[in-house]
Amino acid sequence: MPLLYEVGNRTLPVIIITGTFVGLVLAVQSYDQLHAAGFEQRMGVLLTATLIPELGPVLAGVMLAGRVGGALTAELGTMRVTEQISALTVMGTDPIRQLVVPRFLACMLFAPLLTFSCDIFGSLAGWFVAVVMKDIPSSPYWYYIAYSMETWDIMVGFLKSVVFGAAIGFIACYKGFHCRNGAEGVGRACTESFVISFIVLLVTDFFIGTFFSGLYRALYGLKSLV
Amino acid sequence: MTLNTPTQHDPLVRLVDIHKRFGPLVVLEGVNLSLKAGETTVIIGESGAGKSVILKHIVRLIKPDRGEVHFGGQRIDNMAERELAILRPRFGFLFQLSALFDSMTVGENVAFPIAEHTRRKQSEIEDSVSEKLAMVGLDGLQPKWPSELSGGQKKRVALARAIALDPELILYDEPTTGLDPPRADEINELILKLKTELAVTSVVVTHDMASALKVADRIVMLRKGKLVFDGTPKTIMKTDNPRVLEFVEGRCSDEVLDSLRSKG
Repeated sequence: MPLLYEVGNRTLPVIIITGTFVGLVLAVQSYDQLHAAGFEQRMGVLLTATLIPELGPVLAGVMLAGRVGGALTAELGTMRVTEQISALTVMGTDPIRQLVVPRFLACMLFAPLLTFSCDIFGSLAGWFVAVVMKDIPSSPYWYYIAYSMETWDIMVGFLKSVVFGAAIGFIACYKGFHCRNGAEGVGRACTESFVISFIVLLVTDFFIGTFFSGLYRALYGLKSLV
Repeated sequence: MTLNTPTQHDPLVRLVDIHKRFGPLVVLEGVNLSLKAGETTVIIGESGAGKSVILKHIVRLIKPDRGEVHFGGQRIDNMAERELAILRPRFGFLFQLSALFDSMTVGENVAFPIAEHTRRKQSEIEDSVSEKLAMVGLDGLQPKWPSELSGGQKKRVALARAIALDPELILYDEPTTGLDPPRADEINELILKLKTELAVTSVVVTHDMASALKVADRIVMLRKGKLVFDGTPKTIMKTDNPRVLEFVEGRCSDEVLDSLRSKG
């Protein structure tokens, strides 16, 4: 439990700020084009279609990798170079069970929660731009979102976030566990942990995204959002 | 009685023809070493000679490339980790950097192996922790964090943790390195005290000759992956092996001296 708190406490404020500003920027930038085409009431559709299955999980993943993954690698790496991991082994305690499993699970469980927060705050920020700044009525904003969003999109976003969380947890723990000696070793492990997590995140995002949009088309056909 | 059952005369630890290399670096080249129960063996040698590597073979933190490691009559170098976990409480290991868990207090550090391997009640665990810390002269430090301790105190707490489960064998990896002479001598005294009070077998890896001469029943010297001396503190002082003498007397070899002087 303290680990979950740590993971959440370290990341939640950052992800709320990120989600909010990404929502604001997306809304501001898309408004003119949508307005010119007469689609400005459907601004929320564009926002949520980008955020929920795509940007939400990716941004939450990036924040998790940078904020938590790096710290986990540093923590385990320091334990490795100061022989604390060897000490666990000598005392007959499996260091994987003791150190890696709870950290891995914390990342995997927290990623969907962070994603969810990013989605919520991004959508609210979009609402703020639409309704408060651009005078679009509130009810069509939410109506079109409700019309276009399906459980499918939410599930794809959720699944991605779980996979990203697991990948980040695994990479961060692996890099810390196999850290080379010295402060330089720990530093290098942290950098590698973030860079690899980031690349893995983007690549898996592409594959999961491609797979599920293909599957959706095969099952239900193309759905127009406008 | 089967062949594998240890008898009183069998050594507690037996290393047979141990070879180990890390990449291109050959560390151990056919080391044979038997340790009798109740004896304190000191392994000396230059830094990087592979002393700690021997120690880590005994507790199977490292597996040999070739050779066998036996503990209490059982071969452990190829034993499954699950079986080995049962044997592990019989070893205590004092790490060079103490290796205290810095996310736990002193008390929790010492309690950790007890809670992991026994089903004792919290109050009983606390009593054991107190007893072990008293043995190293630090009872009362339970609520402190490792970061609040001095180097010598860390070593002593780590020693209390190493003896928490009353092991038969205690391995000390450079126990006096990094300590000032009086603090180093406290550790020497503790090694002697634990030997008499707990009747343990000890292996000490060090390059501190004062410590070696004080605590050893037997001294072995490792050089270039092989044991080049095996004797007592008395016999090592009378050795005619120039390499061993250089080490014991703490002076550099004539060749090194010549090269230093010629380059002026």
